Amino acid sequence: MNHIKVIEEKCTGCGVCIQVCPFGAISIIEGLATISEDCQLCLACVPACPSGAIETLEERRRKLDLSQYKGVLVFGEQREGRIAPVVYELIGKGREIADKLGEELSCVVLGTDIRKQAKDLINYGVDKVYIYDDPCLAIFRDDPYTDLLTDLVTKVSPSIFLIGATSIGRSLAPRLASRLKTGLTADCTGLEIDQKSKLLLQTRPAFGGNVMATIICQDSRPQMTTVRYKIMKRAERIRGYNGEVIQMGFDREMLTDRAKVKGFTKEEAGISITEAEIIVSGGKGLGSPDGFKLIRELADLLGGAVGASRTVVDEGWISYPHQVGLSGKTVRPRLYIACGISGSVQHLAGMSGSDIIVAINKDPSAPIFKVADLGLMGDLYDVVPRLIKRIKELKGLKG
Amino acid sequence: MRDKGLNTIVCIKQVPATTEVMIDSKTGTLVREGVESTVNPFDMYAIEEGIRLRERYGGIVTAVSMGPPQADASLREALAMGCDTAILLTDRTFAGADTLATAYTLASGIRKIGTYDLIICGLKTTDGDTGQVGPGLAEELGIPHVSYVRKILDVKEDAIILERSLDDIYEEIEAPLPCLITVTKEINEPRLPSFKLKLMAKRAQINVWNAKHLAGDPGRFGLEGSPTRVVKVFHPPPRAGGEMATGDPKTQVDRLVQRLKEWTVL
Repeated sequence: MNHIKVIEEKCTGCGVCIQVCPFGAISIIEGLATISEDCQLCLACVPACPSGAIETLEERRRKLDLSQYKGVLVFGEQREGRIAPVVYELIGKGREIADKLGEELSCVVLGTDIRKQAKDLINYGVDKVYIYDDPCLAIFRDDPYTDLLTDLVTKVSPSIFLIGATSIGRSLAPRLASRLKTGLTADCTGLEIDQKSKLLLQTRPAFGGNVMATIICQDSRPQMTTVRYKIMKRAERIRGYNGEVIQMGFDREMLTDRAKVKGFTKEEAGISITEAEIIVSGGKGLGSPDGFKLIRELADLLGGAVGASRTVVDEGWISYPHQVGLSGKTVRPRLYIACGISGSVQHLAGMSGSDIIVAINKDPSAPIFKVADLGLMGDLYDVVPRLIKRIKELKGLKG
Repeated sequence: MRDKGLNTIVCIKQVPATTEVMIDSKTGTLVREGVESTVNPFDMYAIEEGIRLRERYGGIVTAVSMGPPQADASLREALAMGCDTAILLTDRTFAGADTLATAYTLASGIRKIGTYDLIICGLKTTDGDTGQVGPGLAEELGIPHVSYVRKILDVKEDAIILERSLDDIYEEIEAPLPCLITVTKEINEPRLPSFKLKLMAKRAQINVWNAKHLAGDPGRFGLEGSPTRVVKVFHPPPRAGGEMATGDPKTQVDRLVQRLKEWTVL
């Protein structure tokens, strides 16, 4: 390690540093504290050493004047002219963070004819809304979006840049962060401001949700993060909030797109599982692809979407966009009903953030029951048709 | 239809074989001892697609990985599946890299390889779970990227026609070569290595490149080139289970309907 050093003359080998090192990177070798490659330079050991024997050797080479970076910027993702739901969540969290820092909250929207939608964001507590308006920006394109957002970040120097962890956000953000040579944390579920350092503490799941990690970006700006949807509280409308819309001019060269869209199709009707408030999911317990008819019927009755376990997607019973779990989609509906799904670690990683979980399964030892608010042990073909019948009665529909 | 061969680079990562990792309660760090390693499952689709493209158009498939010396094993798995050559980027100074530094290091390795037509990456890894290295790598190399590719429709002399999925929308995209794509599991079903290739892979020569071999800014490798730092790792509080309904199916459904009403679903 050439960033942090133990001063041999001062080290007493007391081992206090071992206790405070969160990474297990320090050991006492021949009476001297020795820092291994596992060191993450968190510097917890520096103040902890009673003899002042640990010192940092250098500041980061690319030292920025961090004080010129101010404010929180939110990416105002839109699709077909509609602002994505996650944007309101980012504004809610962004407002809270901006207030803690005593700084401004701004939002950037790229699209065409989006002034009205953009202006409306002010009503959620946004101080400035930047608009890039051009027909070429109607749908998301990696190249022009990266060029224009780089332009904006260079002009307004935000300290924090929040982007929704949607498919679009997770394609755009890493390209942008690499262009800006700054840190990016993926798919955050927790954001806080550290009281002392004023840094953004970015907490996110890793290893399929088995581990949470808190990450900081100390010396680069902006501190960028993609944020998982449906985690942060949505911003409320604030009557008469004062903000301004700023139309951004740009060089038309920035609209150049190397990858051309030749056409697009919307796969299938029905609600996408990432946005659904209610999801009814089916697994191997359905016995056959036909079982999804029952799942679909229940989902339709509840106004929800159809989900599936990996096993049945791999079997070809239902298409991949329905797959919930580590190798599919992470979902967070208000209600998740798992029918005939045992609940592998990978599946649980994708749905255990749901507000309410109901599990229907024959096997009493199915892991899904461990996370379920209500478990029904039995054959789903005994349970689900009865449930459908009861709901129809309640809704005054014919059985 | 392309008539010259396609030079494809596949980027892979060695990851723990399980996501059920433990945190040492004393030190607050991940327990790495005794945890087996494997090729990141998402990268298997990238390897398979690279091989299928070679079977269709000719050319070569090069597997590249950045990691510790033992990541050699993952590259041998890629060779056993059918990749032609393998390059391991390994150096003490590469350690502790976040996604920005990883993308930079891979880009330095790929620049050293020289010419290529296509780079294929898996969607994300099962350990870090970020999906950031692919698009970041494309940016470092100054080439376009297309993420979430679920089908390669055609490869022409200077362009590739793809289908990518953005949630419920499928886009048909024509991207110029060279470019980088990240692929979803829909794209193919990875093959099992043949016995013959397995034997060959065991004896194959893996090219090992360290920081000195790569013409790059050493300040952008590893820990030093990483703007982000992990300051804490912890297990999330487990979600507590709730009630088990009892009785025959009818009674259980009654209870479910009652709860659904309480939850204002009905």
